[in-house]
Amino acid sequence: MDVIVNGEWTQLPKNIGFVSELLKHFQIDNKVLVIEINGEILTSLEHQTTRISDKDKIEIVHFVGGG
Amino acid sequence: MLKIGSLFFKSRLLLGTGKYPSFEIQKEAVVVSEAEILTFAVRRMNIFESSQPNFLEQLDTNQFKLLPNTAGAKTAEEAVRIAKLAKASGLCDMIKVEVIGCNRTLLPDPIETLKATEELVKEGFIVLPYTSDDVVLARKLQEAGCHAVMPGASPIGSGQGIINPVNLSFIIEQARVPVIVDAGIGSPADAALAMELGADGVLLNTAVSAAKDPVKMAKAMKLAIEAGRLGYEAGRMEKKRYAAASSPKEGMSIG
Repeated sequence: MDVIVNGEWTQLPKNIGFVSELLKHFQIDNKVLVIEINGEILTSLEHQTTRISDKDKIEIVHFVGGG
Repeated sequence: MLKIGSLFFKSRLLLGTGKYPSFEIQKEAVVVSEAEILTFAVRRMNIFESSQPNFLEQLDTNQFKLLPNTAGAKTAEEAVRIAKLAKASGLCDMIKVEVIGCNRTLLPDPIETLKATEELVKEGFIVLPYTSDDVVLARKLQEAGCHAVMPGASPIGSGQGIINPVNLSFIIEQARVPVIVDAGIGSPADAALAMELGADGVLLNTAVSAAKDPVKMAKAMKLAIEAGRLGYEAGRMEKKRYAAASSPKEGMSIG
């Protein structure tokens, strides 16, 4: 499956079906972050239940230092 | 106490978290500043280098209120999206609306700032818009339902201090929500002046992070803001053109 993660085309292994699995794949499942898929913002509770599909546009954001 | 929306704070210093020399220095600066509100920006995570340390992960987030900003937004629509992303973290419902309209001066776009504020108030956020020191715009932001107005003292990161204390005092006089002077503070004297003018708080970042000793400067800012506030509450004496002796004129043993 090919998806766009933070603006970059990325190939995902076949066993990834849900957002929570995507986060484990990138080893960021224990991070404070927010996911947006095709313009829809997810709460962390929705990570387990939201499916990822081919060509999805996925944004993964977090908090960084700023004023 | 500083009251923003339904939240109460002992500290009137809001501290930015950008551009510190190291996380260690930053942590210490945060502690000595006694700030309860810390600002953050929302950015894409580098998922291929996710092991890079992140300042937020080193904080006990129960001890602070996070104030994410919408920095990077050029339109109201972009600001609203960033605000919603920040809120979806479950860590905060305050948002600093920052919609930049000019890349060179980093001054805010007044029209987009007002639009974003209106929208985010409707969405139930606690909204703190960063604005220029425009008196009428500050009033309109207040009418839109914002929970504090944050006029800049001078351009972001410039350290020029309060360029227009008259405008700032007009904003403070008419405000029914807290006025937090945001951006441009360079020294403790600037912060104290903002508080003496009657501001409810000061938000600063570079004045601390770019100081030679950020930890010491964080302490200096805390004390300056407390001193300025006390001075404001005490009510300063009237200025006179000529001298007025402090010692009595009677009973002098000379002549």
